[in-house]
Amino acid sequence: MSCREAQELLHGYADGELDLVRNLEMERHFRECPACASDYERLRRMREAMSGSVPYFQPPAGLERRLRSRLRAAAPAKRSIHWQWAAIAAALVLTVAGVWRVALMSRHPDSVEILAAEAVSSHVRSLMAAHLTDVPSSDRHTVKPWFSGKLDFSPTVGDFPSQGFTLAGGRLDYLDGRPVAALVYQRRQHVINLFVWPAPGRLNSETSTTDRQGYHVLHWTKAHMNYWAVSDLNGRELTEFAELVRKTG
Amino acid sequence: MAEKAELVEFEQAVLPHLSAAYNLARWLTGNDHDAEDVVQESYLRALKFFSGFRGGNSRPWLLTIVRNTCYTWLRRNRMDDQTEELDEEMHAIDSGSPNPEAVLLAAAHRDLVQRALEDLPAALREIVILREMEGMSYKEIADVTAVPIGTVMSRLARARARLQQLLAGANPAGARA
Repeated sequence: MSCREAQELLHGYADGELDLVRNLEMERHFRECPACASDYERLRRMREAMSGSVPYFQPPAGLERRLRSRLRAAAPAKRSIHWQWAAIAAALVLTVAGVWRVALMSRHPDSVEILAAEAVSSHVRSLMAAHLTDVPSSDRHTVKPWFSGKLDFSPTVGDFPSQGFTLAGGRLDYLDGRPVAALVYQRRQHVINLFVWPAPGRLNSETSTTDRQGYHVLHWTKAHMNYWAVSDLNGRELTEFAELVRKTG
Repeated sequence: MAEKAELVEFEQAVLPHLSAAYNLARWLTGNDHDAEDVVQESYLRALKFFSGFRGGNSRPWLLTIVRNTCYTWLRRNRMDDQTEELDEEMHAIDSGSPNPEAVLLAAAHRDLVQRALEDLPAALREIVILREMEGMSYKEIADVTAVPIGTVMSRLARARARLQQLLAGANPAGARA
């Protein structure tokens, strides 16, 4: 081993970081080279002097106690750390919500009432807020593509001018806790909102009719889709409209 | 409750290293008050990042946080050269002190060593502390200080050469073989 090499490895040797072979080579070199041996000896002494005289600062009394109380205070704020638990909890909530919704849709009369109320509210809001349509078009080939990208489903858009129901446009709305398609039709001076969104696992149902706040509300499902039609149009004409939609859907 | 269990786990992992954390913070900040603040901040940060700690030796993990908190602290609270990039220049002993000769003559050996260590740039000082006081391996020091092992070795060599120079200058009889 050369002196240059030995000098490079001097600290590694002193710190016990060399492998066995290098260690032995260093020791042999020290026996043969007094200069390097003396460098090592000086290093050893210096470290010895340091270990005896450099203070290892001890934490002040009470620091651990203060630390514990600060940690305890900080711990609840870091709930997001438990994201696995959060994910599990979220999954549970979704499952429960899903079950709830299936139960809701399939049998619970109250839920139908609630949805009917929601649908009527949306209908009224659409008339009041001058926000009847996001895409004002009587062309269903314009309205249908407009929804793609905004919704995770594609509603069937029909137009029935010869029967006196003309498409006025489409709008995004929010019903039953999700975004839905709102198709807007006109019959003379009356507006019909037709809300459409998926109803997974649900086949065709009869059309049910309710009246709320002076509005007629028709509801049916067809081919795994929910349909809610709301209007101040008379019940007979609205049912006629519903039949037209059912045929195209 | 999972949170409480995690806090207990956290405390068991890092509170035993409170002395090491404090000592490092004290050597890097240079005073007790800042050291305590840095340690408290470090532990709060450690708690925040604890989920990222995948077992193993918690001391280097904690000291990494303490070290980084120290530098953040120093940058925020001081305008001096504590965190400056390391350069090659070697300052004379006690260049800032009014009467170096008198200091040298009067000081006890112990004070000299401490002062010599304090005079090292932080980048060299931290490596000496982790090596000589914490007994860390080069690999662990490299992890804590975020530099390659080769840099740890060269900085350690430079730090020791500097310390030897300082001590030899101050006390030739004690430092010479």
